[in-house]
Amino acid sequence: MTTQKNSDDRIALLQGTLDLLILKTLVLGPRHGQGIARQIRRQSEEVFFVDHGSLYLALQRLEDRKWIAAKWGVSENNRKARFYSLTARGRGQLTEKTGEWQRLSRAMGLILGGEEA
Amino acid sequence: MFRRQRNAKDFAAEIEAHLALEEDELKSEGVSDDEAHRRARCDFGSVSAARERFYLKDRIPWLDSLARDVKFSIRQLFRNPGFTAAAVAVLALGMGASLAIFAFVDAALLEPLPYANPGRLMSVNESSSSAGRWPLSYPDYIDWQRMNQSFRSLEAHSGTGFLLRTPSGAEPVQAERVSGGFFQTLGVHPMLGRDFLPGENRLGGPNVTLLSYGAWLHRFDGRKDVVGRTVDLDDNAYTVIGVLPRTFNFALSGNAEFWVPINALSTHEKKRTFYAFEGVGRLRDGIGVKTAQAEIAGIARKLERLYAIPGRELNGSVIPLSEIIVGDVRPVLLTLLGGAVLLLMISCVNVVSLVLVRSESRRREIAVRGALGATRVRLVRQFVTEGLLVASGGSVAGAMVASVAMRLLGGMVPKDMADNMPFLEGVRLNAHTAAFAAGIALMAAVLFAAIPALRLLSQSVRDGLSDGDRGAAGRLWRRLGSNMVVLELAVSVILLVAAGLLGRSFYRLLHVSLGFDPGHLATLQVMASGNSYQGAGKTTGLYREIERRVSSLPGVQSAGLTSLLPAECDCATDNIRIVGRPDNGEHNEVDERHVSPGYLHALGASLLRGRYFSQADDASHPGVAVINEALAQWYFPGQDPIGQKIANDEGGVASVWEIVGVIGDVREGPLDGDISPAEYFPINQARQDSFTLVVRTAQDPAALLPLLVDTVRQIDPDLGVSDETTMDAKIDGTQAALLHRFAAWLVGGFAASALLLGIVGLYGVIAWSVSRRTREIGVRMALGAQRASVHRMVLGEAAVLALAGIVIGCAGALAAGRMMQGLLFGVRAWDPPTLAAVCIVLGAAALLASYLPARRAASVNPVDALRAE
Repeated sequence: MTTQKNSDDRIALLQGTLDLLILKTLVLGPRHGQGIARQIRRQSEEVFFVDHGSLYLALQRLEDRKWIAAKWGVSENNRKARFYSLTARGRGQLTEKTGEWQRLSRAMGLILGGEEA
Repeated sequence: MFRRQRNAKDFAAEIEAHLALEEDELKSEGVSDDEAHRRARCDFGSVSAARERFYLKDRIPWLDSLARDVKFSIRQLFRNPGFTAAAVAVLALGMGASLAIFAFVDAALLEPLPYANPGRLMSVNESSSSAGRWPLSYPDYIDWQRMNQSFRSLEAHSGTGFLLRTPSGAEPVQAERVSGGFFQTLGVHPMLGRDFLPGENRLGGPNVTLLSYGAWLHRFDGRKDVVGRTVDLDDNAYTVIGVLPRTFNFALSGNAEFWVPINALSTHEKKRTFYAFEGVGRLRDGIGVKTAQAEIAGIARKLERLYAIPGRELNGSVIPLSEIIVGDVRPVLLTLLGGAVLLLMISCVNVVSLVLVRSESRRREIAVRGALGATRVRLVRQFVTEGLLVASGGSVAGAMVASVAMRLLGGMVPKDMADNMPFLEGVRLNAHTAAFAAGIALMAAVLFAAIPALRLLSQSVRDGLSDGDRGAAGRLWRRLGSNMVVLELAVSVILLVAAGLLGRSFYRLLHVSLGFDPGHLATLQVMASGNSYQGAGKTTGLYREIERRVSSLPGVQSAGLTSLLPAECDCATDNIRIVGRPDNGEHNEVDERHVSPGYLHALGASLLRGRYFSQADDASHPGVAVINEALAQWYFPGQDPIGQKIANDEGGVASVWEIVGVIGDVREGPLDGDISPAEYFPINQARQDSFTLVVRTAQDPAALLPLLVDTVRQIDPDLGVSDETTMDAKIDGTQAALLHRFAAWLVGGFAASALLLGIVGLYGVIAWSVSRRTREIGVRMALGAQRASVHRMVLGEAAVLALAGIVIGCAGALAAGRMMQGLLFGVRAWDPPTLAAVCIVLGAAALLASYLPARRAASVNPVDALRAE
């Protein structure tokens, strides 16, 4: 998968983080797949690139687990699109996963930072 | 998983929406229309990869592709209904035939008899090296039972008949006299009431009876309170003590309804040389058949010396009971199974060649799919799936054919013969037959899957795309097709020869010399027992009255009575001596019949010398006898037997009979046996309680039967009248005729099917070869070959195949004929007329099968054939 930009400074998403990013993106309200992809790229300051195949597979997986719900709607510019929204279960998962991630990144920071100090 | 699955279409729509939204967004960022379109797609990556990942998300890939293989195969098979129907039908034919026959083999030969530990049950009888095997005498039975150490128990039984008095008149019933421990020895317990008590077995014991399940159901409406009631058998009251279970049967007793203990013996039965009882014993643990046989032989010889029994060299005989019960049908069943398996083989070969031809015609399709990236394994799997589908379809259809065939075949066995073959009840789809069916199905599946797969693996994709097939592999496979046809034709020859031999045997059997004219003969069995006919001379009046009344009926030409009908069996034999010759103790066993004065005339026997009996030959006159030619030639070679005297023990009394006539041999024994010496005594001089009326009619004898029954009943309503039929039907229903008819028709059917399949196979190979050689033929013709020579070339190819099939088949047929020698009657295994006929039939059929393709080849237009390339 190539983009027009040099992709050296981009990072492939870690296994399992995509789910968390999707849930986080949906906190602000329903979004369609393209919006989610854009949002993740933009918010990560273009560091993360999203493999669209993986994204849609992840969306489907989350939907199957009932963490998110989907329904066809119309976008601002009047295009038909499938909108995803967070369910109550998804919200609970987001809190839990965020906590987990923060513990993980703190631990990683401690080890990596400690070595540098 | 019950949640609604999102379908792939919906997913595709979502991706389309994504691309459109991305394009919009890029445009709003100032990217040009074309560039936005390009970049949206570029950024997304492979749309088809995403869709495939979505598709595979919840699936197990190989299972999924299997399901698709099956779906695709079914579509393929339906697209080609001719091929599918032919393959399934051919397989169903072969499988149905072999499965149905196997069910009989299983029931008769594999399923154990319905007794406790049946392998230890032996049939124990008298025998000698010169005369074979015959029943026991009662005194011998008692001594054997007392002296032997080999048997845990030794029992005796003997068939008999009673007149059962019912409110609607007398009815003859079959019964069996058994020794007291008979049912214990078999391991059978009454389902109602009790078994015989020890004392009931003794001579002079009480009259008690066990009922067969059938008798209980039909004569006593299955009432539980039947135990303790009495029934009137031959004017004696018998107390019902129990009912035998439904599953109980004893082939040697037919369908005996009343089972009574041996509690009285006739004058004859008390004699050591009156043989009327069959022995059944259960071996002690650890004792083998040979040990038991050796011990019994020793006892028999000891008794022979002790009682000075002349001229027999008695051995005794111990044979497994199952051997006695199914021994007769084993060779027939095994022959039929062999035939059915051969037919199955042809069917499989036929379907394989169909599959091969089909895979040949799909070479292009396979090649294209291969070129488009289908892996070889994937392609092979496709063929394997198709093979499995054809095999399972054929197997299911075959099982259905088999279940119908089993019922039809079972129904073809007449009732009274089926009574002696209780195993027929067990013919059905059971674990054994299911395993057999599964085995065949599996073998067929492997065959149909493996051969096209191997075929596919042996050819490269490029060969398939180019049209010419001149490679070595192609030749190999073409040869395989020819070889398979040769195999089919050879097997057809074997089956045709077998059918021919069996058919000729059957014909010979039905046209064997009987010594009388069986047409226009009506017969019926009469039983005169009970109080009204006790005492000497009481029955003589009855015999005269029956003969007189019946003879005067309209349409009756003549009538007579006999103790036993001809063409039945060489039973009821007599040991004779010739008066005036030294008695060296020779064993002179001859068939003995008691007949009325009118009998030999009514039968249409040919009188060679002397006279028939007259009404004057009664108890007040000296004993007279008529003998057959065989007896005359055996005992009076070069002498005039008239006036000679023969001596025997008649009814336990030493008697002398003067020979007054000689008749041409009347076949008393079975159709497939040799003619035995026979003697005929006047029924008026040796009374018979049970006898058969024989009536020669002017018209159809069957039409006269009801009138005959009425006439005999009018004479005395207490007479038992049964078994009214015609002589022709009687002969048709004998075991020899039935077994031969069965074998001939079934193997004939197999052979006809095999011939058809073989010829269709030959046609297929020749037609295919012609179609592949169209261009070559075109070239030949363009270069000046005559149509006739093309014709010859194709016919020659077929002739080589047919000839190879015939030669191999003849060799196989010879071997097969040897194996079924025991079933043949009047023909040898190497029967030139049969072989010649089969060769002609097969040759003609092969010619016919190759004529059409040959004509097509000869009518090839060289210009068209060359232009087609």
